Amino acid sequence: MVAPRHVEELVQRVTDGGDDNDIAFDGLRITCDESADDEFTFTLAIDGERVGRAGLDADGLREILAGEAGEGDETVDAYVTNWHYWQERVGGEGTARRAFLRWCEDAPPDDDETADGDRSVPARYAALRDGIDREWGQLCITARFVDGDEPDGERAYDLWHVDDADADLDDLEIYDEPRAAREIATDDEDGRYRPLKTAPTLETGWAFTGLSGTELVDAVGFFYPATIANWHREQEGTLDVDHWSETASRQSGIYEVVSELPREAVDWMAEACCVDSQCLRRREWEYEEGDDLDPDGGDGPFPCREPCSLVIAAARKWAIAESETERTYELELTPSERNQLEELIDAVADDRTDEIREADVNDGANRYRARYLRAKRFADGELEMREQ
Amino acid sequence: MQALVIAAHGSHLNPDASNPTYAHADTVRETGAFDEVREAFWKEEPHFREVIRTLESEEVFVVPLFISEGYFTERIIPRELRLDEFEPEQWESDGTSASQVTLEAEDVGKTVHYCGPVGTHDAMTDVIVQRAESVTGDPSVGEGVGLAVVGHGTERNENSAKAVEYHADRIRERGRFDEVEALFMDEEPEVDDVTDFFETEDIVVVPLFVADGYHTQEDIPEDMGLTEDYRLGWTVPAEVDGHRIWYAGAVGTEGLMADVILERAADAGAELGDAIERVRQITSSATESESNSERTSQAGD
Repeated sequence: MVAPRHVEELVQRVTDGGDDNDIAFDGLRITCDESADDEFTFTLAIDGERVGRAGLDADGLREILAGEAGEGDETVDAYVTNWHYWQERVGGEGTARRAFLRWCEDAPPDDDETADGDRSVPARYAALRDGIDREWGQLCITARFVDGDEPDGERAYDLWHVDDADADLDDLEIYDEPRAAREIATDDEDGRYRPLKTAPTLETGWAFTGLSGTELVDAVGFFYPATIANWHREQEGTLDVDHWSETASRQSGIYEVVSELPREAVDWMAEACCVDSQCLRRREWEYEEGDDLDPDGGDGPFPCREPCSLVIAAARKWAIAESETERTYELELTPSERNQLEELIDAVADDRTDEIREADVNDGANRYRARYLRAKRFADGELEMREQ
Repeated sequence: MQALVIAAHGSHLNPDASNPTYAHADTVRETGAFDEVREAFWKEEPHFREVIRTLESEEVFVVPLFISEGYFTERIIPRELRLDEFEPEQWESDGTSASQVTLEAEDVGKTVHYCGPVGTHDAMTDVIVQRAESVTGDPSVGEGVGLAVVGHGTERNENSAKAVEYHADRIRERGRFDEVEALFMDEEPEVDDVTDFFETEDIVVVPLFVADGYHTQEDIPEDMGLTEDYRLGWTVPAEVDGHRIWYAGAVGTEGLMADVILERAADAGAELGDAIERVRQITSSATESESNSERTSQAGD
């Protein structure tokens, strides 16, 4: 329901300073013609056309905005409360925070006044009664009205793990303080530390309910730091990508060596670390401008604009290892043992070792199988082989 | 609008390394003195590289949660924040006197007040003393007691030792403790021989480190003989060579550190109202003796 103060706010905005104060937002347009003795024109974008009234005086405008003018009052109500929420409550025009909250309810960008269909205010209002779900990495965000029965435009946001989307709230740990996200994001389900916040290993079993827009942005910032800012830059066409060669050459101290990593090793590194199975950021950096890396950058909603500190730390290890020259070794293995080595490497690389059953001796990465191979082929703690 | 960024090392391996950073950031948040407060890290996220862009404030105060002026404060942090105009000379520091320099961050067009590290601020002296009070559970600890301020020390960076000596000197001048010594892990005088440097029976040992980790929870306790093996823990106080050693663990975990962070920002021109007073009240009432027999594994990376 439109509150009288929302109507007064709106009238105030449009009467305060002439043409500059015309309202044109989310399909709602109110203009004031000073030359015609402050005549107001009120229109809404409906089905691709502008519908409304011209030649209104201030009281006539108030009557329409307050929903006392007859037909279509509910629609007017939606446009007015929608204006209030975005312009008076959220504010922050041009900020990443605002753009993200608009994305959460699939609203068009601020400057798209013609938005129609599913993205129009009436369509969104219908959807916000039940809640609009969006996914951000492993986060599921629901935008909804605080009061779904008689919406006054005020939104609330719920946040939980995508895998808990069908869970009963009673089964989840409920939080309302965004900082709690820091704790949730620290360890994975097995209690292992997650130094990479965008690794796809966020634990389940929690929910934030009834967050304000600012609180939602803070919580998402604790789960996935800086992803909103970089996503917004990408939307605006101002994402500043630092390719591998730039980031590597910037390093100093013990990391100076990473710039010596061979070109092909950067491909292997990206395949090892920067694919969707390992990190939900979509890699936008390449080897250098005009020289793309082979692996796919991923499909996530938020971009990765330069190699992260984990990649740099790992690159140091590989840069040092790649400085060694290759040699040829000769060793005896049965065909099954050779296959088993591949299975062992795959099991570790795919983080599958915890899933291998105790007695599943058909799996080459089974613990007993690995221990047998070690008993047979190791001497003094090393794989027996001859260097050529 | 004004924002505070607390710039810390963080760790790829140890989740506890960032706990003090979060705790102090939360204390500052509670004061409401800044419109925005962010933790930023070298080894965690948000990275130094990407923190400024997460802020809406036009004016940003960056306070390094580091002990001394050196590689991180002079090179890594300014470079990663894109403070391209920064030169360490702008601090006009003698090794412990960096206060702040005002710059523009190139990627965001914001004014950044880049402050000196917390470890060299005068207010840090009070935190060391409060740490001694916390570990002994005695708000007036001093008489008949020796205090060892312990630093990493490194021959690569003389400022590392300077910060430790600076605070030791200041505490000594106050005359509160019978004896005050600056000791080091990697250079003379060494913390291994702590009991050689004191005549007092009681010695409070406060490591000038930002977070508990490998050095403060493994190396130093073993080197001083508090325990044979850090995994077995130690008592507070512990008996060593006829002395009682009150080992405090990293000074950076003391709640009053939030005060030093605010002092740094205030020195750089942040408008804080009564936030400093309030933080002092909150963090001094929170003082309590801590048991430190638990291992917190390895800090750094």
